Amino acid sequence: MIQKKAMLIDITMCIGCNACQKACKVQNHLSDVEEKKLSPTAYTALETFDKYPDVFVRRMCQHCEDPTCASVCPVGALTKTPEGPVVYAVDKCIGCRYCMQSCPFQVPRYDWTSINPRIYKCILCTDLVKQGLPTACSEACPTGATKFGNRDELLTEAYERMKAEPGKYVDKIYGQKEVGGTSILYLSGVPFEQLGFKTTLQTTPLPALTWNVLEKIPNVVAIGGTFLYGIWWITNRRDEVKQYEEQMKKNGQDHDH
Amino acid sequence: MITRFLKQLTVWKSIGIILLTAGAASTVLRFTQGLGASTNLSDEFPWGIWIGFDVLCGVGLAAGGFTLAALVYVFNLKRFEPIIRPTILTAFLGYILVTVGLMFDLGRPWAIWHAIIMWNPHSVMFEVAWCVMLYSTVLTLEFAPVVLEKFKMYKTMKILHSMSIPIIIVGVLLSTLHQSSLGTMYLIMPEKLYPLWYTPYLPVFFYVSAISVGCAMVILESFLSSRAFKRGLEMPLLMDVARLCVLMLCVLAVMRSLDLVDRQAVRLLFVPRMETYMFWLEVVVGILAPLVLLSRKKVRQNESGLFLSAVLVIIGFVMNRMNITITGMEGWAGKSYIPSLPEFSVTLGIVTLGFVSFYYIAKYFPVFTSEHDAKDPAAPQHPDHASLDGAHTTVRATVHDFR
Ligand code: SF4
Ligand code: SF4
Ligand code: SF4
Repeated sequence: MIQKKAMLIDITMCIGCNACQKACKVQNHLSDVEEKKLSPTAYTALETFDKYPDVFVRRMCQHCEDPTCASVCPVGALTKTPEGPVVYAVDKCIGCRYCMQSCPFQVPRYDWTSINPRIYKCILCTDLVKQGLPTACSEACPTGATKFGNRDELLTEAYERMKAEPGKYVDKIYGQKEVGGTSILYLSGVPFEQLGFKTTLQTTPLPALTWNVLEKIPNVVAIGGTFLYGIWWITNRRDEVKQYEEQMKKNGQDHDH
Repeated sequence: MITRFLKQLTVWKSIGIILLTAGAASTVLRFTQGLGASTNLSDEFPWGIWIGFDVLCGVGLAAGGFTLAALVYVFNLKRFEPIIRPTILTAFLGYILVTVGLMFDLGRPWAIWHAIIMWNPHSVMFEVAWCVMLYSTVLTLEFAPVVLEKFKMYKTMKILHSMSIPIIIVGVLLSTLHQSSLGTMYLIMPEKLYPLWYTPYLPVFFYVSAISVGCAMVILESFLSSRAFKRGLEMPLLMDVARLCVLMLCVLAVMRSLDLVDRQAVRLLFVPRMETYMFWLEVVVGILAPLVLLSRKKVRQNESGLFLSAVLVIIGFVMNRMNITITGMEGWAGKSYIPSLPEFSVTLGIVTLGFVSFYYIAKYFPVFTSEHDAKDPAAPQHPDHASLDGAHTTVRATVHDFR
C-alpha cells in the first residue's frame, strides 16, 4: 500500500522568510513577485497578525483526506491521488466554482480577469511526490518549519514535539481530525482560532452530508415511479369504469326500445 | 413609418427594449472581459445572483410545469386542462433561460457538455445537470403537441400522445429529484450557511417551496396573459390552484418551525443581526402573509386578492433563495456581496427575454386553445383545434368498441 504523504507545519519554527513561496513559484512556473495572500500565482502565502508580530501562518490547500472539492466537482476535475495530493485537471473543468464555494478552508482561487479562466491551488507537488521526492516548499524551508513525510510518522512526531516541550504548543494538531483529517498538519503556540483557523469544523468528512441524500435517489425513483403510475392507474381506471357503465346503460336502453 | 412605430411603443415595450439592450451590452462585457470585469464576485464570494436568481429561482419558478402535469395527467384532474399549455410553456422557457443564465456564470461555458461524458456521481451538481438536461427534453416533448398542432402534424401528435403518461411520470420524477437537489447542493457547507437556513432538510424545503411557488406562478401567469390577450380568467381553477398553494405553504411553515425547534435555532430568531431581519422578512412576506390571505375564501375569490397573494409567494420564494445564496453566506465569507450593474442587467434581460418569448409564442401558437372550445362549445370540432384530448377520446372510444 502507498504511504499517504503529508506535511507538518510547525508555526513556532517559522521565521517568515517566504522561502516556501519562492520555491513554489519556481516549481510551478508562477510569477515571482512576493504575495501575501493566496492567488492564481501564489499557491501558498504567509499570513501575519498585528496581535502576534512574530507569528507567520502558511496558508495553502490542506489536501483533505476526503476532499470536499473533489466530491462536489460535477466533472471530476479535482481528484485525490493515492499518494495524498488533491490535483486539478483543467481540461475537464467547466468553471462552475462549486469547489470554491464549498471548500471548508476557502482555498481554490479563480482567474477572474481571464475569459479562459481556471482554478488555481497547491497540488502538493504531485509530480515530485509521485517520484518519491519531497515537495519544493519543504525542501526550501531553512528551519524545518515545513516538514514533508508520511502522514502517520508526522503525526507521531508532532505528538513527540508536544510531549518534549510541555507548554510550548497548544494541545491540538490542526488537520488531524478537521473534516475527517487533512494532509497538512499544523502545530502552534497560539490558539488556532486566533490565527484565523476554522476550529469549529466537524470531524467527519463533509462529502458524506450530500452522499447520504444522493444515495437515496434510486429509491426515490423506484418508489416515486410506482406510486405515480399507481395513482394514474387508479384515477384513470375510475374514468374508464364510469364510461363503460354509461355505455352499458345506453346499450341497455337501446335494447329496451 | 417612424410615427407608426412610436404609436405602437407602449410603456411596457419601451421598458422591455431598454432592458434587453442593457442586457446585451453586459453580455458583450461578460464574454470579452471575463467575470472579474462584469461581476462583483470574488474568491471569497464565488457565487452571486446568476446562480442565486437565474438558476436557483429560475428552476423553482418553472415548477408549475411538473405540478400541473401531475395534477392533470397522473391525478386525472382534467378540469385543470385549460391552463396546462401555458404552464408547460412557462416551464419550457424557464429551463431554456436557466441554461442561458448558466452560460453566463460558468467560467468555461464551452465545456458544459463535459458533464455528459465526465461523470462524478458524488457531485450534487452532476446530478442536477443530468436531471435538468433530461427534464428539458421531457418539457420539449410535453410542449411539442402545441407546435405539431400548429403545423397540423396529427400523426406525430398521436404517436407522442401514446407515450404521454410515461413521459409525464418521468418528468415528475426528474423534477422531484433536481428541485430538491438544488437544496442538497448546500448540505455540504454546514459551517458556511447561516444556521437559520442550514438544515439537513434543505432538500425537502426546496421541493415543497418549489411546488408552492409553482402554483403562485400559474396564478400570476394566468393574470398576465388574461391582460395581454384580453381573455377571461379561469377563476374557479385558479382558486383551486391557490388552495394547493396554501396546503404547501402550511406544510412548509410547520416543517420549518419544527426544524428550528429541533436544531435549537429558535433563539437565533431574536438575535439582532442582518440574517435575522432577512429571515423574518422572507418568512412573513413569503409564507405567513400569503397563508393568512389565501386561507380566506373571500381573498381567493377576489381577483386582486388572489393576484397579490401569488406575488407575495413569489417574492418570498425569491428572497428565500437569495438569502441562502447571499445573506446566509456573507457571515462566513467575511465579505459582503452586492451584485454589479452588469449582473443585474443580464438577469433582468433574461427575465425580459422570457416575457417576450412567452408573448410571441402564445400569440402565434395554439397555447390557449381550450379557450376557443369553452367560448364556443356548440361549434363543430374544427381539425385545427383537435387537441391532444381529442386524440385521447378517440383512442379510448376504439378500446371500448373493441370490447
Ligand atoms: S483544502 Fe479545499 S481545495 Fe484543498 S483539498 Fe481540501 S477541500 Fe479541496
Ligand atoms: S470550477 Fe472546475 S474544478 Fe471547480 S468544481 Fe467546477 S468544474 Fe470542478
Ligand atoms: S507543496 Fe508544492 S505546490 Fe504546494 S505549496 Fe509547496 S511547493 Fe507549492
